[in-house]
Amino acid sequence: MTTFTTGAPGAISRRTHPLWFLVPAYVLLLVFFFLPTVFNFVYAFTDWSGFKAAINPVGLDNFVQLTSDGTLFRSLRITIVYAVLVAVFQNLFGFGLAVLLERDTVVNRIARVFFLVPVLMSALAVGYIFQALLKGTGWLADTTWTIVVVALIHAWKWMGLSMLIYLAGLKTIPLDVTEAAHIDGASQWRTFWSVRVPFLAPAVTFNVATALLGSMNGFDIVQATTGGGPARTTEILNIFIYRTFGQGLFAQATTMSLVLFLLVALMAFPVIHVLRRREEIL
Amino acid sequence: MTRRLQPVVALLLVAVVIGVPLWLVVATAGKSQGEAVDPDLTPPSSWHLWENLRQVWVDADIPAAFLGSMLIVVPTVAVVLILGSMAAWVLARRSTRLTAVLYALGISGIILPPAVVTVVLLLRQLGLAGTVTGMIGVYVGIYLSTVIFFVTGFVRTIPEALEEAARIDGAGPVAVFRRVVLPLLRPVLATATILICLYVWNDVFYAFFVIGGRVDTLPLNLFQVASAGLYLNNWHLIFAYVILMSLPLVVTFALAQRKIIAGITSGAVK
Repeated sequence: MTTFTTGAPGAISRRTHPLWFLVPAYVLLLVFFFLPTVFNFVYAFTDWSGFKAAINPVGLDNFVQLTSDGTLFRSLRITIVYAVLVAVFQNLFGFGLAVLLERDTVVNRIARVFFLVPVLMSALAVGYIFQALLKGTGWLADTTWTIVVVALIHAWKWMGLSMLIYLAGLKTIPLDVTEAAHIDGASQWRTFWSVRVPFLAPAVTFNVATALLGSMNGFDIVQATTGGGPARTTEILNIFIYRTFGQGLFAQATTMSLVLFLLVALMAFPVIHVLRRREEIL
Repeated sequence: MTRRLQPVVALLLVAVVIGVPLWLVVATAGKSQGEAVDPDLTPPSSWHLWENLRQVWVDADIPAAFLGSMLIVVPTVAVVLILGSMAAWVLARRSTRLTAVLYALGISGIILPPAVVTVVLLLRQLGLAGTVTGMIGVYVGIYLSTVIFFVTGFVRTIPEALEEAARIDGAGPVAVFRRVVLPLLRPVLATATILICLYVWNDVFYAFFVIGGRVDTLPLNLFQVASAGLYLNNWHLIFAYVILMSLPLVVTFALAQRKIIAGITSGAVK
């Protein structure tokens, strides 16, 4: 790429793009991101709490306690169910909106702006709005279905963003491809599903991955609508962490924080890998 | 047939899906306390919107929370953008195994959740617990990865010849970065600014752990007053607060809507 072809390229970039430019950013990353993450792996195995000053190692006690009373797997299950529901709803809504509002008409442009308003609002505010809206319906008090309702609210908040990404994806489809399909006699329905939708693979990858990871790390909407209830059936990992931290049970909170970290790390790589592979096949 | 039906469906959907929840906010924020106890979609018998806005402004001390939010958002965005693009520039231009590893580490924070409990312990050891500086540090640590990801991708699309012209004139790396690279990054930095403002302005989770009870921000304040007994069943005040808090972002968005939409979508689809 560079026009300097003589001499060692490494020597030149050492002078023109010095590594010390990386130092401030990586020092802050190390201190405020990586170090706390390392601490997670240490303090999850201690009895750190708000009730005493000393911190002693206790081995696997926190994990044993959290698995034996069922809390760990329950919170894990709820978090995964929530994340999958959000990813499905958010993408269905976002995709539907993008297809509906695809043409650049005045009405469509105004409609798109309205669907972006929830994206800008604080998730906490969104939670309070739906708590008020659903008050008295019992929708937020059902031990089976409330998790679905909360996932729908989460999807409502973010569907405008998915819509934007799908709209941008639809714009990348070359016109001659759809025209060729028409000339070949394909129906509109057929053209849509077999010719246009495959072009959306990168948008699907991005949307599914961000929806899954975003909701696994969710907090505000669940806290503002149900606070984890009824009977802790919507208590995702971050709600548990928030609650136990507030009670001074820092080691338990740290343990669950580590569980969340491992869950996201373990899920992120296969999810992105599978979606990328599908992209290549399509 | 579908062409004529489509605008009707679109508008109907906006009215029901977005209009109803937003109307609930405005109608409830306009009601008196007695009327707002059971929030519903009926319009207020007489509008008290202005009084309610004034009451939360004073009672919940919104100016202090607003100041707290600004004190955190502005430095966070500035630090993240400057340090992030400095690093991204060098990462994009040098292709060694070391920079590849550093890049992978640098963007891992996009996916991995921050260790929110132990960061509190670390801040205590650094003497930054409950301070604005500590909060800024935590946000910078979380969002540097987003900036590094977006900017590195963008720098790779800029021809290096532009930098060389300045270098031949005798400019050192700092001058090249400041005078040539930074101005070219404007579009991608605009995108990053929007995203990070959106996240930091609305964040309550990380703020609760780091500065909860010490420094007030708008979402933290809303969270506290809404969960405290003070505002229990005072839906008219909660929604008056929601209006005041959402206004800055909604107004910014309305003014720069086209740019923001173009910015958010760039990079998501190739």
